[in-house]
Amino acid sequence: MTVTHAAQAAHLVAALLFILALAGLSRHESARLGNAFGMLGMGIALVATAVLAADRGLGAGAAALLALALLAGALVGLHRARGVEMTGMPELIALLHSFVGLAAVLVGWNGFLEVERHPDGTEAAALDALGTLGIHHAEVALGVLIGAVTFTGSVVAHLKLAGRIAGRPLVLPGKNALNLGALALLAALTVWFTAAPALAPLAAVTVLALALGWHLVASIGGGDMPVVVSMLNSYSGWAAAASGFLLGSDLLIVTGALVGSSGAYLSYLMCRAMNRSFLAVIAGGFGIEAPAAPGTDHGEHQEITAEAAAELLATARSVVITPGYGMAVAQAQYPVAELAAKLRARGADVRFGIHPVAGRLPGHMNVLLAEAKVPYDIVLEMDEINGDFARTDVVLVIGANDTVNPAGAEAPGSPLAGMPVLTVWEAGQVVVFKRSMASGYAGVQNPLFFRPNTAMLFGDAKDRVEDIVAAL
Amino acid sequence: MLIGVLKEAGAGERRVAATPATVERIRALGYEVVVEPGAGAGAGFSDPAYETAGARLGDATGADVVLGVGAPPPERLGRLRPGATVIALFAPAADPAAAAELARHPLTVLSPDAVPRISRAQSMDVLSSMANIAGYRAVVEAAHAFGRFFSGQVTAAGKIPPAQVLVAGAGVAGLAAIAAAGSLGAVVRATDPRPEVADQVRSLGGEYLPVAPPGEEAPAATGYAREMDDAYQAREAELYAARCREADVVITTALIPGRPAPRLITAAMVAAMRPGSVIVDMAAANGGNVEGTVPGERTVTENGVTLLGYTDLAGRLPAQASQLYGTNLLNLLRLLTPGEDGVLVLDQDDPVQRSVTVVLDGTPAWPPPPVAVSAAPAPAAPAAPPAPEERPPSPRRRFAAVALAALVLFLLVALAPAALVPHLTVFVLAIVIGYYVIGHVHHALHTPLMAVTNAISGIVVVGAMLQIGHGGPVVTALAALAILLAGINVFGGFAVTRRMLALFHRS
Repeated sequence: MTVTHAAQAAHLVAALLFILALAGLSRHESARLGNAFGMLGMGIALVATAVLAADRGLGAGAAALLALALLAGALVGLHRARGVEMTGMPELIALLHSFVGLAAVLVGWNGFLEVERHPDGTEAAALDALGTLGIHHAEVALGVLIGAVTFTGSVVAHLKLAGRIAGRPLVLPGKNALNLGALALLAALTVWFTAAPALAPLAAVTVLALALGWHLVASIGGGDMPVVVSMLNSYSGWAAAASGFLLGSDLLIVTGALVGSSGAYLSYLMCRAMNRSFLAVIAGGFGIEAPAAPGTDHGEHQEITAEAAAELLATARSVVITPGYGMAVAQAQYPVAELAAKLRARGADVRFGIHPVAGRLPGHMNVLLAEAKVPYDIVLEMDEINGDFARTDVVLVIGANDTVNPAGAEAPGSPLAGMPVLTVWEAGQVVVFKRSMASGYAGVQNPLFFRPNTAMLFGDAKDRVEDIVAAL
Repeated sequence: MLIGVLKEAGAGERRVAATPATVERIRALGYEVVVEPGAGAGAGFSDPAYETAGARLGDATGADVVLGVGAPPPERLGRLRPGATVIALFAPAADPAAAAELARHPLTVLSPDAVPRISRAQSMDVLSSMANIAGYRAVVEAAHAFGRFFSGQVTAAGKIPPAQVLVAGAGVAGLAAIAAAGSLGAVVRATDPRPEVADQVRSLGGEYLPVAPPGEEAPAATGYAREMDDAYQAREAELYAARCREADVVITTALIPGRPAPRLITAAMVAAMRPGSVIVDMAAANGGNVEGTVPGERTVTENGVTLLGYTDLAGRLPAQASQLYGTNLLNLLRLLTPGEDGVLVLDQDDPVQRSVTVVLDGTPAWPPPPVAVSAAPAPAAPAAPPAPEERPPSPRRRFAAVALAALVLFLLVALAPAALVPHLTVFVLAIVIGYYVIGHVHHALHTPLMAVTNAISGIVVVGAMLQIGHGGPVVTALAALAILLAGINVFGGFAVTRRMLALFHRS
């Protein structure tokens, strides 16, 4: 058994452990075990690779550099993970995706520097003997391309989610033509590089792919960010897989393909939840259409005070809370959880209804509520709760807008038409927590606010919920 | 202007048209208020309480606007100041002849029971607020006459079955009765010709009994289409006959505006009920839903069934009935006082104000033109034609597509260099595994899942680890940077997943 042989075996074990990790993560009961499997797999992979690298004649200096880089990465990563606010999770995950993308770009460039720069070197000769030298060229170009798109796309997503740049979609004239043109040009450059590997085409691929990634995500509205983050997750997987082909590492290929296909499927599920075509989201078509009928007179909305809302809740037997991004912004999850606990202690049936795209990350609301110690068995999905609104006394809409917009179900002309929404208006009374009457991300006015059984509670969601808790 | 609050003349009427609380708010509209001494006594509001609220005590008949609950008798109307406005329950819809008779007086007569059922007028809808109280009281009266528990109990001394309550008609009164009976512990069933109320009945804990057997077409929302009268009524009678036999308490609330109450329960059905059972006929004043009820009376049939025909059910909770009625009148006065300056202005172009006007300055104004219920939600626009569904491709086409994809894949792999084939194999299989593994992910776990896949995709570190130290300083430097970045990813991703998962817990 050679070291290479053993490392391959270890890599297979690691790949299987990664599969178990993903499978475990799909259920609450097995999620922690799944994460443990993932860590074990990663540990095995790192140790095996370190041994393999040492076996291939790693110098002491290089070994020290390796250890140092890994240690520094670990420290930074653990520090970020410990310090991050749960509301800041989307930004962090987007940022982490960008690291994978950049690492893939670097690995690709290294491949180029090791092989293509030395067409007469031993590595190139070995590949040529296998007949895969041409494939290697293509792999370098593809790896750099996917990595670069992932990198800048994730950076833009991070900046948008962190609020450092505006969430508005960037609308360049002929943006679809730009995207398609860039793709065609990239394909041409890849072919060129494969035919005649040189520095210039690879540099051009890198720059163009970086620009494409930036533009792709910049032209997508903030409301579609959950899908974008999920999509970038998928890209980072494909980037890893491309690196795997480049290096001939089955572990990288398997892992990258796992992440890539699962991320793509997740994005598809989310697009279906918003009743939007995947392509439309990627092309940034959502949120920039003009509202269907801006002049529609919706009538007047009614306001309610926190005390009156508390009174309403005190007598309600069943309450559903539907949080949205506004709850995350206001950091209101703790008072909301306290309110839910109080109402439950009074014997009310309190549940949470979560729209698939509430927040800025799939499952964002669930994580926030879990952080505030809301038991997960009272946190339901849209499909589970929608049938129950008619039997609900009071619905609290906390910082959600488009996900509870009746236009999705009732107004065929609306940009939201066909989007499945939480049918909160079927409940006896709806209380909407909102800062003002401004429209949501889709830029569409919400007729819910003007229904006779809806009352608006204006102000910061956190303050208002705390007022209600105090009044109870 | 001066508003007068009458002391009710009707025997047994304990409600009053204004309470001290509403008097205060009427005065805020700019009016002066005079209350007849003892007007609130029946409802528990003393004269000093009205004085504290800012009203004078005295004769109300000289006022510009006179508020009452029941219609004042003609001789009283005759004593009012010419040109005065009277607001009370004149029930013009039930008795148009009497409404026309009112025009003998040089008065303006408004009847708030005629407000149209549009959402803008909801705050003035006295019929709903009174029906709500009456429905509750009907259950209380029934429980009193029933003389047994409503709730089922299992005690050491034996088992008591819960009372079986049947509510006919699920309008406001019916729903209030369902809620009240249900919270006393009875088993409540309710019927109504409108199938759309089924959800409302269930929401209050009742069971909805459809008249039309399931599967058959339910009667249209208008309910009383002539064509289906015979068959429908036969089924209805059958339902009532069957359900009355097993019911302990029956509460009937069926009213059709402007028509005598429908006869739902015949003497034969009453005779088939168990001794001790109680029927409350809330429609007794309009002719009764039950054969044999006497309006305003409690009677007992030969077989020991108590029939309650009380017509003053809402008035039996006089304080709250007065409060709600008074608030309804206050809201009407608000509408009629646009300037909040104590001047009553009647705008006959406003559908709400037009609807309540029975007599305008001595000229009959009944009936008003029908109100287009425009403010009500537009009848759900003829459901937009379902978007052309993407038809699932036929099995044959699917097979063809898969076969084509298989062929392309075959050519791709077959033409690839041999050394690449094992890699392609694991690549393709891993894609399929990724798809299936993620297929049933719980929505709540999307974020942790993404964090963990993110950590796993940090596996690209392996590539950089194999590159470091080979091919010169540039390669080593770039590889070290890649290791650093991917390392952040690996450790940060797993740690943050752990943190998130630790948060989830069950109740």
